[in-house]
Amino acid sequence: MPAAVTFRNVSRHFGAVRAVDDVTVEIAEGEFFAMLGPSGSGKTTCLRLVAGFEQPTAGEIAVFGQNMAGVPPYRRPVNTVFQDYALFPHLNVRDNVAYGLMIAGRGRAERHRAAEAALELVQLPGYGDRKPGQLSGGQRQRVALARALVLEPRVLLLDEPLGALDLKLREQMQEELKALQRKLGITFVFVTHDQGEALSMADRVAVFNQGRIAQVGAPSDVYDRPATPFVADFVGSSNVLPPEVTGRLAGRRLPASLRPELVRILPPGAAGSLATARVISTQFHGAVTRVHLSMDGLDLAALLPRGARVPEEGAAVGLSWDPDDLHLMDGT
Amino acid sequence: MSTPGLSAETEASRASRRGGEGLGARLSDLLWRRPALLLALLLGPPLLWLGVVYLGSLFALLAQSFFSIDEFTGQIRREFTLKTYGELLTPANLDIIRRTVQTAALVTVTAAVIAFPIAYYAARYARGRWKAVFYLGVMLPLWSSYLVKVYSWKLILAKEGILNWAFGKLGLTWALEAYLSLPGVGGNSLSTSPTGTFLVFVYVWLPFMILPIQASLERVPASMLEASGDLGARPAQTFRHVILPLAFPGVIAGSIFTFSLTLGDYIIPQIIGTSARFIGQAVYQHQGTAGNIPLAAAFAVVPIAIMGLYLWWAKRRGAFDAL
Repeated sequence: MPAAVTFRNVSRHFGAVRAVDDVTVEIAEGEFFAMLGPSGSGKTTCLRLVAGFEQPTAGEIAVFGQNMAGVPPYRRPVNTVFQDYALFPHLNVRDNVAYGLMIAGRGRAERHRAAEAALELVQLPGYGDRKPGQLSGGQRQRVALARALVLEPRVLLLDEPLGALDLKLREQMQEELKALQRKLGITFVFVTHDQGEALSMADRVAVFNQGRIAQVGAPSDVYDRPATPFVADFVGSSNVLPPEVTGRLAGRRLPASLRPELVRILPPGAAGSLATARVISTQFHGAVTRVHLSMDGLDLAALLPRGARVPEEGAAVGLSWDPDDLHLMDGT
Repeated sequence: MSTPGLSAETEASRASRRGGEGLGARLSDLLWRRPALLLALLLGPPLLWLGVVYLGSLFALLAQSFFSIDEFTGQIRREFTLKTYGELLTPANLDIIRRTVQTAALVTVTAAVIAFPIAYYAARYARGRWKAVFYLGVMLPLWSSYLVKVYSWKLILAKEGILNWAFGKLGLTWALEAYLSLPGVGGNSLSTSPTGTFLVFVYVWLPFMILPIQASLERVPASMLEASGDLGARPAQTFRHVILPLAFPGVIAGSIFTFSLTLGDYIIPQIIGTSARFIGQAVYQHQGTAGNIPLAAAFAVVPIAIMGLYLWWAKRRGAFDAL
């Protein structure tokens, strides 16, 4: 059983810029796979390589075992949801959704039936006669999704599909997308720069940095055991301890990650205190309070749950954590 | 702490620094408070010019077309009649209208076909320096006098001209001769044939077709073409179903220029081509030497009516929907 999408030592250079630099990864069939990274990290280029809008400078991309070299976008068994949705402004919603079927030469009745079914799938039944310009951002997003799904692709590529939506709508669409993916059972390759989105939706996450994959794994793996300081810092926020500090605290000279929510704040000199620090500032975030600390000049953050006693700014406090929670990073 | 007197002085100096108190400043304040006045000042003069002077003369012209000329005295009879329009329907005059409309349509279609690839390249691929070269190349012919261009073409197309010379060098004089002997398009030489008129029209109006098409193609995001390909469309299908419909308003805008400019032109067919007249020449002669202002006015109404019909058709075809 070949993987849905295979990257084998894939590079894509634009002049001197290595947008994608020797990426090797396999995406399994039926998987919800997130490509996460800051802008310019190569995640979108990777998606475009699968769609066929870019050609690799080196390496090989296969979809269900079939090498995609020299295969134009219109012959690939994948469909894309674009960041700007790219709906056709001169066609109504129905004809937008049915576009692929029209190109494939299906009859009008069949096209309209399939388009209406796809619109129902994305919870926009009866919107067929509207023009894209009359829809809200969230509705356009759904039309773009329906247009890609109507062709029943085995792999759906999504390029920051929720980036243009406001927070409430984004959270709602996250749930809907996840439910849709489970229902259809097709492979989703999802590009995002939002780590919360990647963690909450994906079966596996690939964290991109400077054209390379820094780490691939289940969201909990990536969060609990970041491979590199970059991953620790980018996925959630973390306290990255330099090797000297880790050497003093844990006995091994490696960079370490300590999640703020795992740091406990104790009265100064309390039993079990592993280090002392000074409180620089506190910020109220509603569900949690973020405490900004200085430990011998090293900035640290701790999150206090609702109801915990918030220390005074400027106060000296003791810190503790579970030794297992101090995660040593041996990646580069 | 500052004394009240000092702080008042500071207030005053601050007020004078912000905006000042001169006449210009007070005018700015007035216009800021009354935006309608500003709008009236900006739009008044052009509206006066376009609305009163231009539209007024146009209506005067239209009114003239309902008068007639007395055959004996040559005086204009200022009574309402459709007799002058009836004169348009004589075979000779119908022939003028048919020739003009046919040439205008052919020029428009040819200009669109030539302009599209140029505009497409400029909109999709040309960047930086090449974009500047494109604009320069398209606009440069507009910098020189229209008459100079037309006379240059007369030289190019003449029997002793460079085209004939080139055909001769290529050993293709026989092909040119054969073409020129065709009835309807040929003539003594290219510069005295309908083909010559057509070629010069296409050349002179081409920039007016390229620029609107280019502007409409600029507005089509690359992702839309990628989306079409992603959904299975071959490049030809993407062209047919996405690019062409989205560029259509540009093509229509360009065709309005090329079509109406050809309909109204009286210089090019006079310098290049046969002695058969175009509408513009008929208008020129009737209002000038012949002194038949009503018939000249009726002829002038023809292009207006044709353009009106054309715009109505374009609107029905949805040419302006994507605007």
